[in-house]
Amino acid sequence: MSAIVQLQDIHKVYDSGEVAVHAVRGVSLTIGRGEFLAIMGASGSGKSTLMNLIGCLDRPTKGVYRLDDIDVAGLGRDELADLRNHKLGFVFQGFNLLSRTTALENVELPMLYGRHHVGARTMRERALHSLETVGLGNRADHFPSQLSGGQQQRVAIARALVNEPRLLLADEPTGNLDSKTSVEVMGVFQQLNEAGITILMVTHELDIAHYCKRNIVMRDGRVVSDTPVTQRLDARVEMKRLLTAEAEHQLTEQS
Amino acid sequence: MRLTSTLIVSFRALRRNILRSALTSLGIIIGVAAVIATVSIGNGAKAQVEGQIASLGQNIISVFPGTSTAGGMRGGWGSASTLTPEDAQAILTEVPGVVAVSPEMRDRSQVLANGLNWNTMIMGESPDYLSIRVWPIAEGGMFTEQDVRSYSKVAVIGKTVADQLFPDGDAVGGTIRIRNIPFKVLGILETKGFNFFGQDQDDTVIIPYTSHLRRVSRRQYLNSIVIQAVAPEQISLIQQQITDLLQQRRSGREPDFTVRNQVELAQAATETSRTMTWLLGAIAGVSLIVGGIGIMNIMLVSVTERTREIGIRLAIGAHGKEIMLQFLTESVVLSAFGGSLGIALGIGASKLMTHLNGWPTLVSTNAILIAFVFSAAVGIFFGFYPARKAAQLDPIEALRYE
Repeated sequence: MSAIVQLQDIHKVYDSGEVAVHAVRGVSLTIGRGEFLAIMGASGSGKSTLMNLIGCLDRPTKGVYRLDDIDVAGLGRDELADLRNHKLGFVFQGFNLLSRTTALENVELPMLYGRHHVGARTMRERALHSLETVGLGNRADHFPSQLSGGQQQRVAIARALVNEPRLLLADEPTGNLDSKTSVEVMGVFQQLNEAGITILMVTHELDIAHYCKRNIVMRDGRVVSDTPVTQRLDARVEMKRLLTAEAEHQLTEQS
Repeated sequence: MRLTSTLIVSFRALRRNILRSALTSLGIIIGVAAVIATVSIGNGAKAQVEGQIASLGQNIISVFPGTSTAGGMRGGWGSASTLTPEDAQAILTEVPGVVAVSPEMRDRSQVLANGLNWNTMIMGESPDYLSIRVWPIAEGGMFTEQDVRSYSKVAVIGKTVADQLFPDGDAVGGTIRIRNIPFKVLGILETKGFNFFGQDQDDTVIIPYTSHLRRVSRRQYLNSIVIQAVAPEQISLIQQQITDLLQQRRSGREPDFTVRNQVELAQAATETSRTMTWLLGAIAGVSLIVGGIGIMNIMLVSVTERTREIGIRLAIGAHGKEIMLQFLTESVVLSAFGGSLGIALGIGASKLMTHLNGWPTLVSTNAILIAFVFSAAVGIFFGFYPARKAAQLDPIEALRYE
């Protein structure tokens, strides 16, 4: 199993203002192909900073980071951008879709910034295919404002997938969603993982982390636990359970 | 470089906020329209002035008598009695490049016909006068060289005189009396309208200059000599030759005549209207700059407002220069679109002004080109700062921006 992410003794110090903030203090981590990993921790634990470092949005102050066997340290701003475009897919807590832009056009976006020219028709086909993967093939012409939260997040996932990334990064993907929609979105992630896509997500919800295969807990910029998930939840089962409970609830109310 | 992609992105962004895009363009639309309209009006005015000058006649040189002094009182230009029909004849025969010459007499007098009377300008001319002034006959014909030689009592009359004395329209073949001498009306002249000194050029009676000298004014000397040169480039040369000739004919006496040409007059008049055009154009240009500042303002607001969007784009792999190109393209598209619409509007406004007020307008291709290039340049210039600002954003902070 070849490693996609290799972190060796990564440090990140923010030098803003008078006090230097040591957000990440020596994290070493390896993520292999096909993994489904959740990073947990309280706010201020450094998990978001680590996420930004892995996502090539930021560079470590110290340490070696190899993404898909490329040393990130020596790369410039534009090269990092290319790396993000090729190797990574981002899903954010706030969905971060472009408003007044159709789902399809949102999904096409990463291809517009790809280093290889993609024709308009190919672009459309790939975007549609990506939307179908997350079950939104019939919503391609909808604007984000016409979609529910779960659907918007699925569009965001489709966007993250469209360039066939080596790693899917999700920052609190269920943070803005209710529990049922959260299960729905986690279902999408599980499906993608089963199809072979490596996923790394940040969450502070324990039950959400239980849908993953491996959990990492951070505190004060360090990894304090790294365990495989033993009692893994299956989104399909959970969804069925939720629906049954809902139906029972409705029945009791009616009677 | 993925230029097409950037264009697509820019157009999508502009389409997302149609109303704002339209309002932003409005500044440029108005600016460009104002430039086009004012320059059109200015050019129209210039063309009209040039037309009026041309209506005075083509390549005209005039000789006026000099000043006279009587009892210490100096009479001013034209007061001397020195020019003779022989001078005129000499100019025609001896100066090369002179196409036509008309010895001229002018005298105001009462004219009677049909029991009506009218005070008008009686001009004595040669038959060539009409061709010099480019003044066609509307009805009837002109008197001939034969009429000049025989001091004939014949006349052609202007439209105003014809209307005043022959209200029934039977002027040709009729008789008018000047100082109690009957003159037969041979023809009526085409309407020429007012000259730019405000004189009604149609309020005139033209008779052979010989008849004028002998029968009407009873003088021996001409008021002026009107000369047509063959081409505008030769005017100054011919003018000099006329001066030399007349001087020679006066065998060393003090010059008692002046020779002038129409080019100087034309230059002064066109200069005035050109100054007006520049002035109006400059004012309109200011509004273009104001429009440009409007674009910059909106682009700055747009960059701030779309910080998150910029963050997303950067996060999924946009280069800084692509973000910059996007915003620059947006502002150039806005201003170029505004420019095109402004050109259409400006042309429309010019046509409308011609239609409603009867102002002459002349839409110049140069003005259109300059306005369009300038508006695009405004877009680049005022779009540059906001675009650079957008390109330099940090993706993490931009994504966190609320």
